[in-house]
Amino acid sequence: MAIPETKGRPIHALAQELASGGCTAVELVSTYLSRIDAEDGVIKAFLKLDRERVLRAAEESDRRRAAGKTLSVYDGIPIGIKDCIVAEGETCSCASKILEPVVSPYDSTAVARLRAQGFIPFGRLNMDEFAMGSSCENSAFQKTANPRDPQRVPGGSSGGSAACVAASFAAGALGSDTGGSIRQPAAFCGIVGLKPTYGRVSRSGLVAFASSLDQIGPMTHDVEDAGILLDAIAGHDPMDATSLPDPAGGFAEAARNAPESFRGVKIGLPKEYFAEGGLAAGVEKVVRESIEKAKSLGAELVEVSLPHTKYAVAVYYIIATAEASANLARFDGMRYGKRVDGKDLVDTYFKSRGEGFGDEVKRRILLGTYVLSSGYYDAYYLRAQKVRTLIRRDFEQAFKQCDVLLTPVTPTVAFKFGEKSDPLQMYLSDIFTIALNLSGNCGISLPAGLDAESGMPVGVQLLAPAMGEAKLLGAAQTLMR
Amino acid sequence: MEEARIDIGYVAALARLELSEEQLPKLQKDLDNIVGYIASLSELDLTGVEPTAHAAALTNVWREDEPKPSYDRDRMLANAPALIDGDLIRVPQVLPGEGSN
Repeated sequence: MAIPETKGRPIHALAQELASGGCTAVELVSTYLSRIDAEDGVIKAFLKLDRERVLRAAEESDRRRAAGKTLSVYDGIPIGIKDCIVAEGETCSCASKILEPVVSPYDSTAVARLRAQGFIPFGRLNMDEFAMGSSCENSAFQKTANPRDPQRVPGGSSGGSAACVAASFAAGALGSDTGGSIRQPAAFCGIVGLKPTYGRVSRSGLVAFASSLDQIGPMTHDVEDAGILLDAIAGHDPMDATSLPDPAGGFAEAARNAPESFRGVKIGLPKEYFAEGGLAAGVEKVVRESIEKAKSLGAELVEVSLPHTKYAVAVYYIIATAEASANLARFDGMRYGKRVDGKDLVDTYFKSRGEGFGDEVKRRILLGTYVLSSGYYDAYYLRAQKVRTLIRRDFEQAFKQCDVLLTPVTPTVAFKFGEKSDPLQMYLSDIFTIALNLSGNCGISLPAGLDAESGMPVGVQLLAPAMGEAKLLGAAQTLMR
Repeated sequence: MEEARIDIGYVAALARLELSEEQLPKLQKDLDNIVGYIASLSELDLTGVEPTAHAAALTNVWREDEPKPSYDRDRMLANAPALIDGDLIRVPQVLPGEGSN
């Protein structure tokens, strides 16, 4: 039996190996399973992995290939799935006790579209409960470790997905990004993470956290892979009323055909993102090196301003928690999920939710309920929606002066478990990622280098206007050359 | 001690969340901190600014009203915490009165 090289190996290379007969899908999947057996005891990226099912899917893929009937060149390649993106016949707990018993009767659109190309949905990946968190420490079940240093967090909320890719437990993964939940863990683990334009990828079958912000996206070894997975999952879906009708595709090609240089490209540097004291020295050094690299590749650097940046965290934690408090009202222990019997109906609601949700989820439901409650709505929620308009306009103005923005992803490298116990401090660390969700534009986190002191990966972020993924991936590929 | 900014008992009742006595002091402190922080928005003059509810400006998305097969009933019901006769979801009594399930 052939043992294909899978460590750090991108999807496009594995597709070639499968096409040339260098290995079979069963051999490929078995190689990942062996590594998971050896290493996931420490990393703890997977909540569940149905080995028989993925091996069966690999056998089916090999039969299709032998018959010359592959679904795409990617047929047989395993992709890990964050636990809030449902897959038929698999659990979808969102790393929460309240959904622990639930098995999804259907596929999310993103997973169905992966299957349609022959990709094998591969296990259920750990996350912060209901995607609320920046470290994966809020999972009700386990703490995922950063494969670069198991003493440190992988980031969150898509920490399981980032760890899965960084540890080469699958060829790529899907995550979801509401305030940076793809880009921040990608930066912490040294991989590529893409948040598409709001509406690019169907949210059907993504368990809702904050519906006006949530977006599914790829987490991969390289930029071309991010394009490959986006090609597979993007595009209009009648099952999601917020899905954009615009045609989607050609993203992998945009990465493959990226120009060698940045000649004629204007890269904006938002001055608020480089404010004095906002970045750890080691992170700033790596980000500055990326800027120098862009310049040496011919980019014209432009200083721009996003003047309402300092309000983004406040706006986000009002809007996201308000939407979450409404979305999570459906988990009442009646139709599905955990039920804890009380003395009557209302008491059953209280107990089911009280025992089913963890501390951070409770904190956010309470905050969201508060900002929507009578007497506070205008002061918080409506006001936040207005500032959201200002933040959106900031980006519109900035993109008149440049093609893409280049920014840090996180103020620091991955921190150690338990290091951030104050929720507000944890929220403030999202400062560089959340404005993009409020504005709805697209962005990508790229591994830019290592922090000299800790040896941990540092990410750099490129941001582009809505529907600008092709341009974004092209620029990302040029920068990564 | 600083005055509490948020009445947790009231908000928790609205949200149908049971909280333990041990949780309360930390939750109160955390939420007061966060509410103090988000209050920074009050310093902005927002006269004439329209609110943004949504990043994509889609409105009135319609579909044809055509009957289609839906998800399998038994598989959907399999996730219910309690059933009656295999095809009804058992819930606690909703309206007060005689009899109970």
